[in-house]
Amino acid sequence: MLFLIIKRIFLGFITLFIVSLITFVGTEILPGDACTTYLEREAYGAALEACYKRLGLDIPAYERYISWAHNVVQGDFGYSLSGQMPINEVLGPRIKNSMVLASAAIIIGIPLALILGIITALWRDKLPDITISTITIFAMTIPEFISATLLILIVAIWLQWLPGIVIVPTDVTFFELLPNIILPVIAIAMIMTAHMARMVRSSVIQVMASDYIQMAILKGVPYWKMVFKHVLPNALLPAINVVALTIAWLLGGVVVTEVVFNYPGLGRLVIESISNRDLPTVQALAIILASIYVSINLIADLMTFMLNPRLKSLQIRK
Amino acid sequence: MENIIQSIKNLSIGFKSKKGDEISILRNVTTNIKKGETVGIVGESGSGKSTLALAMMGYVKQGLYTIKGECLYKSSNLLKMKSRDLEKIRGRKIAMIPQNAGQSLTPNLKIGYQIDEALSLHTSLNKTERNNKISELLNKVRLPSPDTMAFRYPHELSGGQQQRVAVAMALAGRPDLLLLDEPTTGLDVTTQAHVLELLRSIAKDTETSMVYVSHDLGAIAQVSDRIIVMYAGEIVLEGPARSILKNPIHPYTFGLLKSIPKLSLAGLPGSMPGSQPQPGSIGIGCSFYDRCSIAEEKCKKNSPNLEYVSELKTNVRCFNYKNLEKFNYKISSSNQKINVKKEINQILNLTDVSISYAKQKLLDQIFNKISDTNPTVKDINIEVKKGETIALVGESGSGKSTILKSIAGLLRTKDGKIKFKNDRELSSNLKNRDSNDLRAIQLIFQNPDESLNPNHTVEQILSQPLKLYFGLNGEKLRKNIIELLQKVRLGEFYMTRYPRQLSGGEKQRVAVARAFAAKPDIILCDEVTSALDVSVQAAVLNLLQNLKEDLGTTYIFVSHDLAVVRAISDRVAVLYQGRLCEIGPSKNVYQFPSHPYTEVLLGAVLEPDPDIKPKLVAEDIVEEKPPEKGCSFQGRCPKILGDQCKNETPPWQIGDNGNAIRCHIPLKDLKKQQLS
Repeated sequence: MLFLIIKRIFLGFITLFIVSLITFVGTEILPGDACTTYLEREAYGAALEACYKRLGLDIPAYERYISWAHNVVQGDFGYSLSGQMPINEVLGPRIKNSMVLASAAIIIGIPLALILGIITALWRDKLPDITISTITIFAMTIPEFISATLLILIVAIWLQWLPGIVIVPTDVTFFELLPNIILPVIAIAMIMTAHMARMVRSSVIQVMASDYIQMAILKGVPYWKMVFKHVLPNALLPAINVVALTIAWLLGGVVVTEVVFNYPGLGRLVIESISNRDLPTVQALAIILASIYVSINLIADLMTFMLNPRLKSLQIRK
Repeated sequence: MENIIQSIKNLSIGFKSKKGDEISILRNVTTNIKKGETVGIVGESGSGKSTLALAMMGYVKQGLYTIKGECLYKSSNLLKMKSRDLEKIRGRKIAMIPQNAGQSLTPNLKIGYQIDEALSLHTSLNKTERNNKISELLNKVRLPSPDTMAFRYPHELSGGQQQRVAVAMALAGRPDLLLLDEPTTGLDVTTQAHVLELLRSIAKDTETSMVYVSHDLGAIAQVSDRIIVMYAGEIVLEGPARSILKNPIHPYTFGLLKSIPKLSLAGLPGSMPGSQPQPGSIGIGCSFYDRCSIAEEKCKKNSPNLEYVSELKTNVRCFNYKNLEKFNYKISSSNQKINVKKEINQILNLTDVSISYAKQKLLDQIFNKISDTNPTVKDINIEVKKGETIALVGESGSGKSTILKSIAGLLRTKDGKIKFKNDRELSSNLKNRDSNDLRAIQLIFQNPDESLNPNHTVEQILSQPLKLYFGLNGEKLRKNIIELLQKVRLGEFYMTRYPRQLSGGEKQRVAVARAFAAKPDIILCDEVTSALDVSVQAAVLNLLQNLKEDLGTTYIFVSHDLAVVRAISDRVAVLYQGRLCEIGPSKNVYQFPSHPYTEVLLGAVLEPDPDIKPKLVAEDIVEEKPPEKGCSFQGRCPKILGDQCKNETPPWQIGDNGNAIRCHIPLKDLKKQQLS
């Protein structure tokens, strides 16, 4: 067990290393850099040289990578090239904002998805299933930029109940932020809930058709006891990994939604820093997003491992 | 009438086809189950026997519905009951023991919990009483260490143990009626015999009525007082077990009994032509008309009713059963004798072959070698002669399929040599074999559903080896495919069909044709008939035998079924835990003296004869690993001598019959013990 965790963490670090290498090489081989973007048409001669010198771009790429990696290990992501401030300071509030958005979507979306998925599966092909399934499939197929725009149009412009775009400084307090996030959360939760509800539905249906459920019925187990004791634990195990991926996707910043609502989260920062050729920020973001994915997947695997008696005793026997 | 537990009246269950037609799976079934009686329901897949058993619990599978009739338990119709009331009957009055206990136990709940659930639902015992009861039940079904067993999960148990847990669970509510749906199918022969023995003793002790559903007449014969034979959703024969088995007066039952290979008889069983009609395609006449050897004109137009034959106390659904009795000369004499051709040419030679499943250590991976002191399969020496059929027999885990995989090149050997034709060594790595070697050794798998690509037509399936090995195309390819289909007795029109449009037997024929397409020297048959119904099994065995006689192919035949092996093979090798126990000409292996393990296997074979009872000489313990030293069978051997067996590898002894036995006990003594 402990060995497994250590092994997975070790592999996680290797993943992070490879991710950083790829983003570094990627931004390096693309034409143009921070200075040419910043100086635009004056990007030649002495001005360019001075800019390079100022930003430290005159030293060879591999040396820059090594010194950068050295600092990252100590928790310092360096200076943002465009904003001219420490990246740690840029990232902090953005991470917080993304977390707020993601947590709200998770708190609303996941229980809702589970409930809807279970209802549709238990009343399969009956009215509740047909109604909910039609809605979820509809919600799944509308791209988020359309649903987000429609929400702004109806709720913010026609009804004027809530602000349409989020115009706040990046470091607002939680309660100031709250009314601003309602629309983005709805836009995200819609698509996420629909996907997960479909997944839970098919998983529950599959378990309901299994021999051991037939056996439980023939044993005389009352219906709801059967659902909670025999069906759900087995049906929801495979859902853990999907939920984890969804959470990781949310924490990583929902780029499109954040851009539509002008929300100061990680997703928008990604777009901004890429268009500004802000290599250190891009690097830092890549590392952070990758570590979110790696750690959430690790947690999901450990949870599956703990909850699935089959895997648990397999490990012990070894 | 008061001792009738359940009565089924004119029951028809079916489904609506896409065109809206009503299609029956069960047709007009009427029968009674008496108190304390064990009724065997036998039939091939698709005969409606499981549907009938489930209906006895008031359960109708999704997609099916009751067309007419009723299923009465104490004068209330289970099929019309509300689910709340059914919950009180299921498990308490009528309990089910499922076919596949491994899949029928909920994987996330401990054994103890699942039994406790049944107890708390159906008895008024309190927690401590229930805990005691759980141990008592686990003890009753003879599970080892019942106290710790309750805390284990289903997957931690062997197949036989899971089946015992299912029995314990069913007994928890003290039901009046136990329904058993193929409870021993899929278990090893020895385990099967033990579970049956357990069921029989439970039926006797508790006076529970049992309905035993199976395709295996051997198992049915061991437990039943009365037998019901089902065909195409109808009861075709019903009566006391003894008269059904000794005097099968319905032509279908007669054919079914004839198609079962028996230990006492060498040679192939007789096969019945054709296959059971699909539901919906049954016409107005007798449903068995197409396959019947005594059918007359009237059978085509009229469907016979059940007729009572008083001297046999049997109901039979046949106009002509009196004519059958003329055919009813001793069943044995219709069996064909195999003419054993003596060929001296050796075609394949395994010398000291060992195979390991152990995970390679990093260092070994680098040096590309396998170090494992106790490999799964060890010291296999088998010489295969051209044109013979050699069978590898053993329970699951005996390494028989492992050896087959290594011969096919699918699994690397650890040590030893596999020599093919004129002592040329075959690489155990598939990549190092040339295309001619690959062609020369072909495999037929157990389950044709999984071994045939569902998205290819029969034509595409058969054209692949022809294109690959012989570069055929166009008209020539087509001609060859038709020829192959003729060889396996399938018509040209099968070319455009997909596997899902074929019956189980037809699929296996296609798989046989695909193996023969490569014109192989050796065909490896991995349990090729165990997924098939008995009548189909007989047909496939006959087909394999005929092809072999025509083409001179060599078969290496892996099976757990000793009777099947007896029918088809020239020589038999008995394996236990990946080590050879006995090898010799098949008629001698089936005679004493035998290796103690062979004796155990032979004793556990179930024959469709109420007079032949299985002899259970050893426990059906599952050993996970072969012992490090000494005899491989030491853990279960009823004749174990002591330290000698535990420490020294037993020597090969050659018996006077020409079979070699690996045992410390002198053959003279073995023979004396076994004959007494």
